[in-house]
Amino acid sequence: MSINVLFFARYSETIGLDSLEMEGDFATVDAVRQALVGDPGFDVLNETSLMCARNQEMCSVDEPLEAGDEVAFFPPVTGG
Amino acid sequence: MAIRVQPAPFDPGVEVNAMHAANVGVGAVVSFVGYVRDFNDGHDVAGMFLEHYPGMTEKALAKIAVEAEQRWPLLKLEVLHRIGALEPGEPIVFVAAASAHRQAAFDACAFVMDYLKTRAPFWKKESTSEGARWVDGRDSDHAAADRWK
Repeated sequence: MSINVLFFARYSETIGLDSLEMEGDFATVDAVRQALVGDPGFDVLNETSLMCARNQEMCSVDEPLEAGDEVAFFPPVTGG
Repeated sequence: MAIRVQPAPFDPGVEVNAMHAANVGVGAVVSFVGYVRDFNDGHDVAGMFLEHYPGMTEKALAKIAVEAEQRWPLLKLEVLHRIGALEPGEPIVFVAAASAHRQAAFDACAFVMDYLKTRAPFWKKESTSEGARWVDGRDSDHAAADRWK
């Protein structure tokens, strides 16, 4: 399955990417995260305050995935 | 309800007046305006950049607004948030709730701001004399949102 992964704010700066396409078998958002943190360039995704979204809705890392989903990882939001 | 996410500046006075202009049934308008400060966490702030998640931002704000409309008898609700480059003194965010009586408007306005702070995908980056830095999230914002559960 193919998953479109997005990064925002400090995460996209640290990783050096806004987005990437991943191919593989990912049961949950956390499976995507686990696959990425194998590469030291994605260490920032180990932060305990990490937030995530599936198809533009805030979710927990245990959220199940389907092919074609959009997953986003970002630090705590600071709007307002 | 109206949701606007825009780089353009806005005039909070114009926005407040528009809340009751078309509806004389409105007896109360409560509004909140958030401004860019020139000082934060011990640093002088020369400017700010507001990043967001296009698509999700609008959806998240609409979801918060719908929840407010379900909880209180509102006649109008507006949420306006700036994105992009901002200078100290400029308004960043505007939330206003209109209702027949004041309590619903007070509560809905506070509710929307508290939820926006923890659920809307915006991130502030400040320009300071020591360089640019991302603003950290605050635990107190989560405590504020939790009081509506």
